[in-house]
Formats: sequence, C-alpha cells, structure tokens
Amino acid sequence: MSETSPVLREPWPSVARQRMAVSFGMWVFIASEVLFFGGLFLAYAVYRLLDAEAFRIAARETDVFYGTTNTAILLTSSLTMAMAVHGAERGFRRMTIRCLEATIVLGLVFIVVKGLEYHDDLAKGLWPGPDFALHPAATQLFWAFYWIATGLHAVHLSIGIGIVSVITIRLARGTLPIQATAFEGVALYWHLVDTIWIILLPMLYLVGRA
Amino acid sequence: MSDGALIYVRHQDKEENYLQAGHTLASWLTTTDHKRIAILYAFAITFFFFIGGLAVGLIRLELMSPGGDFLTDDAYNRLFTLHGIVMVWFFLVPSIPTTLGNFLLPMMIGAKDVAFPRLNLMSWYIFIIGACFAILSIFAGGVDTGWTFYTPFSTMFSKGDVIAAAAGVFIVGFSSIASGVNFITTVHMLRAPGMTWFRLPLFVWAMYATSIVMVLATPVLAMSLLLIIAERWLGMPIFNPANGGDPLLFQHLFWFYSHPAVYIMVLPAMGVVSEIFACFARRRVFGYAMMVYAMMAIAVIGFFVWGHHMFVAGQSQYANLVFSFLSFIVAVPSAIKVFNWTATLYRGQITFEAPMLYALGFLGLFTVGGLTGLFLASVPIDVHVTDTYFVVAHFHYIMVGGSVSAFFAGLHYWWPKITGRLYSEAWARFAAIVMFLGFNTTFMPQFIMGYGGMPRRYHVYPPEFQVWHVMSSVGALVLFVAYTLPLIYLTWSLFYGRKAGDNPWAATGLEWQTASPPPTHNFTELPQVTAPPYRYHPEHQAPDAERRQPETVQGGEP
Repeated sequence: MSETSPVLREPWPSVARQRMAVSFGMWVFIASEVLFFGGLFLAYAVYRLLDAEAFRIAARETDVFYGTTNTAILLTSSLTMAMAVHGAERGFRRMTIRCLEATIVLGLVFIVVKGLEYHDDLAKGLWPGPDFALHPAATQLFWAFYWIATGLHAVHLSIGIGIVSVITIRLARGTLPIQATAFEGVALYWHLVDTIWIILLPMLYLVGRA
Repeated sequence: MSDGALIYVRHQDKEENYLQAGHTLASWLTTTDHKRIAILYAFAITFFFFIGGLAVGLIRLELMSPGGDFLTDDAYNRLFTLHGIVMVWFFLVPSIPTTLGNFLLPMMIGAKDVAFPRLNLMSWYIFIIGACFAILSIFAGGVDTGWTFYTPFSTMFSKGDVIAAAAGVFIVGFSSIASGVNFITTVHMLRAPGMTWFRLPLFVWAMYATSIVMVLATPVLAMSLLLIIAERWLGMPIFNPANGGDPLLFQHLFWFYSHPAVYIMVLPAMGVVSEIFACFARRRVFGYAMMVYAMMAIAVIGFFVWGHHMFVAGQSQYANLVFSFLSFIVAVPSAIKVFNWTATLYRGQITFEAPMLYALGFLGLFTVGGLTGLFLASVPIDVHVTDTYFVVAHFHYIMVGGSVSAFFAGLHYWWPKITGRLYSEAWARFAAIVMFLGFNTTFMPQFIMGYGGMPRRYHVYPPEFQVWHVMSSVGALVLFVAYTLPLIYLTWSLFYGRKAGDNPWAATGLEWQTASPPPTHNFTELPQVTAPPYRYHPEHQAPDAERRQPETVQGGEP
C-alpha cells in the first residue's frame, strides 16, 4: 500500500483508488459535456432538416483547407497527449514533459490557424446580420452554428491548454510528482475536445461538399 | 452496539469537531471540509430564499385587489420573473443536495469527505459568481421574461437585462454539475467496507439519482441559455423566425432540462422523508429495493416527458399523446413510493416529533401535487387549464409543499447532528403545523380559481376571483411567519439549545454513530458496515412499543 505517497490526498485510502476516481469523475463530466454539445447538435440537425438547401449553400463557404489542417493538428496533439500519459505511467519524467509541451504547442497552433480562418470568414461577410453575404436568410442559421460551435470548441481547447500548461510547469519545477493522479483525467478532457472537433469537421466543412 | 454506552465512551477523548477546526472567516472561505461547505451553501440559499420570498410577498400584496393598482405592469412582470429564477435555481435546485447532501452523503457511506473536496469548494464559488450575475440583473432593471426565458420574446423583444440573468443561471448550472460529478464519484468510490449498494440509505440513493439528472440535464439548459445569449448579444439568429429559426426549438431544449429539474428538486426530498418515516415509526422501510428502483426509474423516465409542457405550443397531436402517455408512466414510481411510505408507517410506533410532522406534511402535499399532475398530463384537461393558476398550484404543491417541507424536515432531523444542539421541540412542532396550514391556505384557492379560468402572470383580473386571491395572500402571510419561526428558534438553539448527544433519535444510519457535531474527518477510524439500513426492529415482527432502541445500527468504528 502507498499510504505515505506524496500524491495521496484526502479522502482516499490509496493512490490506486484515487487514480481510478479521477478518471471516473472525468468520465462523468464528459457525459455532461456530451449532453451540452448534444443540445447544439440537435438544434443543428433540426434546422438542417427544415432547410437542407440553405444549409448546403452556406456550408460550401467554409474553408475546408483550414478545417483539414486543424484536424490533423488536433489529432496529432491527442497522440502526444496519449504518449504523455504513457510516459507518466512508466515514470519517464522528461518524455512526459516533452510530450505535454508538444501538446500545448499543437493546441496553440490550432488556435492560430482558427484565428486566420476566422479572419477570412469575416472578410467574406459571413457573420450573421444585415450585411450577411449569402442568401436565402436561413444560410445565416448555418453560420450561427458555425460561430457558436467553433467558438465553444475554442473555449474548451483554451481551457485545456491552460490546464496542460499548469501541470507541465509544475512537473518541470518538481512541484508535481510524476506519480500524480491528474494526468489521465487531463488527457481524457483533451481527447474529449479532440472528439468534439471530429464531429464538427463533417458537420461544418464536409456537409456542403458531398 | 444498541446501548449507546460504548459509543459514548469512545467519544470522551474526542478530537475537535469540524466547527472548532478554525474560527476565522478565511478558515471558512478556504475550507475543503464537506460539512463546512454545506454550511456555506446553507447561508447562500437562505439568503436567496428570502429574496425570492420578498418578491412573492409583493406579488401577493398586489393580487389582493383586482385592479392592479399597487405595481405597474412592468414591475409585476419583473417580480414574478425574479421570484421564479431565484426560487428555482438559487434555492430549490441546490437546497437539499448542497446542504444536507453535502453534509451527510459522505457520513452516511462512511467516507472522510466527498471524492473531490476542492471541486466541492469551487462549486460554491461558482454558485456565488452566478448569484452575483443574478443580483446584477435585478439591480440593472430586472428581467420580464418569466423564469422560462421563452423565445422570441427573450431574444428579440424583452427590454430587461436578459443576458445577465441568463448568464447567472448558466454559471450556477456548473456548480450543479460539479456537485453531481462529485456525488456520483463519491458513491461509487468511497463507500466504507461492508457498505454495499443495497445497504445504502435511501437518502444516498436519492442523492445519486439526483446527481445523474444534474449531470445529464443541466448542460442542455446551459446550451439553451447560451443560444439566447448568442442571439441577444452577438446577433446569431438561432430562434429568429425571419431567418428560418424556430422559437419552439427553444422550448424543447429548455424543458428537456426543466422537467428533469423538477426531479432534481423532489428526489432529494423523497430521500429525506424515507429516513424520517423509518426513524419515527421505528419501522424498516417497506420495500427498500422497490424504493431504489422507483427513484432510478423517476430519474430516467423523467428525461422523456418534457413535451407535456408544450401541449398547446404547436406540437403535433401525435407527440402530445406520446408525451401524455410517458407522463402517466413517470407517475407510477412516484405512486409506488407514496404507497411504500404509507406501508412503512403502518403498524409503526409513530411519534410526532417536528421532523416527522414536516415529513407527514410532505406526504400529503406531495400526493395532492402528484395527483393534480395527472390532470395536467391528460391533454384535454391540460388544454383547458394551461397557463392558469391550476398549474401554479400544482407545481407549488410539488416544489413548496413537497420539497420545501422535506427540506425543513431534514433540517430539523439532522440539526442536532450538524450543530450538536437541540431546538425547542414545541416551537418546531408549532411551526410545522403553521407551515402546513399556511401552505394549504395559500395554494388550495389557486386550484379553484385556476380551474375557474384565472390565468397566471396577470395582475389585473376579473373581480370574481378576488376572494380566492385574498385567501391566497393571507395564506402567504401565514407561510411567511412559518418560515421565519425556524430561523429564530434554530438560531436560538445554537446558543441556548440543549446538547444533543450523538444519536438523539436512536437512528440506525452511520452518520448517527459518530459525535455531534462530527469530527473533521467524520469518524475517528474508518467505520465498518455490518448491516442493512433501517434495522429498527427484528424481521417479521412489529416494532416493540416499549423499546425505542433499534435492533441494530448500520455499523460503526471497529
């Protein structure tokens, strides 16, 4: 038993149990997140059914190059995140730090690419309002979903980058032991953000190009 | 174990209790002790209870006369919106889970704390931040949409501060989700040795079922509010019919949360009274397993009935019938519970202490609320009484008559454990009876005038309804007295109340087998659980009239 381990916290009897609980708690939270985005996806599905033609016209205007690039970036970040967890499990401190750093960098690159894409979208007049570039009016609905969904995803990703940065810095400084139970929970969250993007890709970028 | 003497000796050299662990304000605001966080929540929700009560006090004053001459139309709209928002999200939803649930759940399963103590504290701060937004919206001029934020009024026409109010509710939702995640993980991972799932007290099961609903329903509310904010603030035309948006979609998303939210409010109440009936009837809970299945069934089926709020909103008749049918189905497990509580009381050695009076009040009022819910689940009757006071009366019977009565029942039942003091029994019984009478005086007339056609949310009304409105307002005044009394005598008991002892009701739960108030880590040593809950009397025998000690308690420190 590891009753004296530096990573053991109240109220846990053992580190193993604590580790299980972190993952378990994160899975419960992920269920909550799924329902959160589920509400948005439902609304999207309803409107697409109501006006498929407008959605097709609108979806053609998304930039599939940026979308694909970002998908590749985010999937790679999930790989480095998974490697970080494996590194931590085996006690490879330096490898874990390097992988976490790579994850942060890839996350930031995603945000930069997304920013470039937003810039282009705004230049094309795709922000809903009186000056909206497309017709009919329901095309604005698609773009409303685009902005809300990608915006929420970016918020989630930024939170993820923040959390990963904190554990990376603490790990590098030695205030967080490599045996800490946080890694898998953080990784689960990161993969969730990745998974949401994988749903957004066909929803926003591919659907108008079939 | 049954004679208490052993337990008494064990606590002679007790460690300091959780209240003595720090006396500064900072020690409270940075605590991760679930018991102290429960007290922090208690202060917050008490504050909001009286804010929401103040709003409805003005409303009831206005409704004394049919002319609408005390408040302007606008002020009236803002007041009932304020009342709804504050009472639902800042009092009822957090009430039992965050106070009694937070305090008792770890103790009942023999844990030192909840699974994530820091997340628990964070949830309180999230609650306070959300509350600040709600208060901001009140002072910035108020909101006139009703607590339901229906589109397109809320997105396109309302002049109130909808964004701040919606943001407040959005934020407070995260505190619910955090509590839910914490409770679910705690129940799964921190049960003491011997505490199997079917030895869990029903209050723990209730908190578990509630947490599931919190975790899965609240995010959908968060999304629907976010879409409103996006439309008002960023101009995203999600619910704007001019762009092909559908205002009705908002109602679907909103009620997908807000109907399960009713079960967030009432499931904890069911858990509380299950403990109390067993204790004060000295009976084993009748049909324990069925009680568990019924609660889980309510939690699950509750997700599939939301359409009964939309019978006249333009839903298809087919959808109406399906939702009507499912709403009847969800009443079945509730009915099972009412029958099981009644059967628990049958041939019990009942004593009428204050918690029992409150709990019996719950039983009657919840039953009335539930049965009138069946009226509303039938499409033809619902079409007749939609948006009348009949609906108002129905859900107040569930939420106030049911949940609030049970909250007071639980507060009185566990008060000696939480504070170590006994309140004045006579005053408590008096308040319980006044509350029951005041409640019925307030809301029974609303059934009658609602059935007669008095619409909700109007302050100018035909004079023939005045007699019912005056009765209702007088009842509200009585209720105000009944709610203020506990504030006085419970506060009094903190200073002058008799010492309670560890187990004043001779109850069987683990929480009673430790000191009152409990030590910081709840138990001196990890407790061992040796028996199912509610062993108040030997099996196949009626409880003994002479003997108040239980047959065996659930367990204790080894």
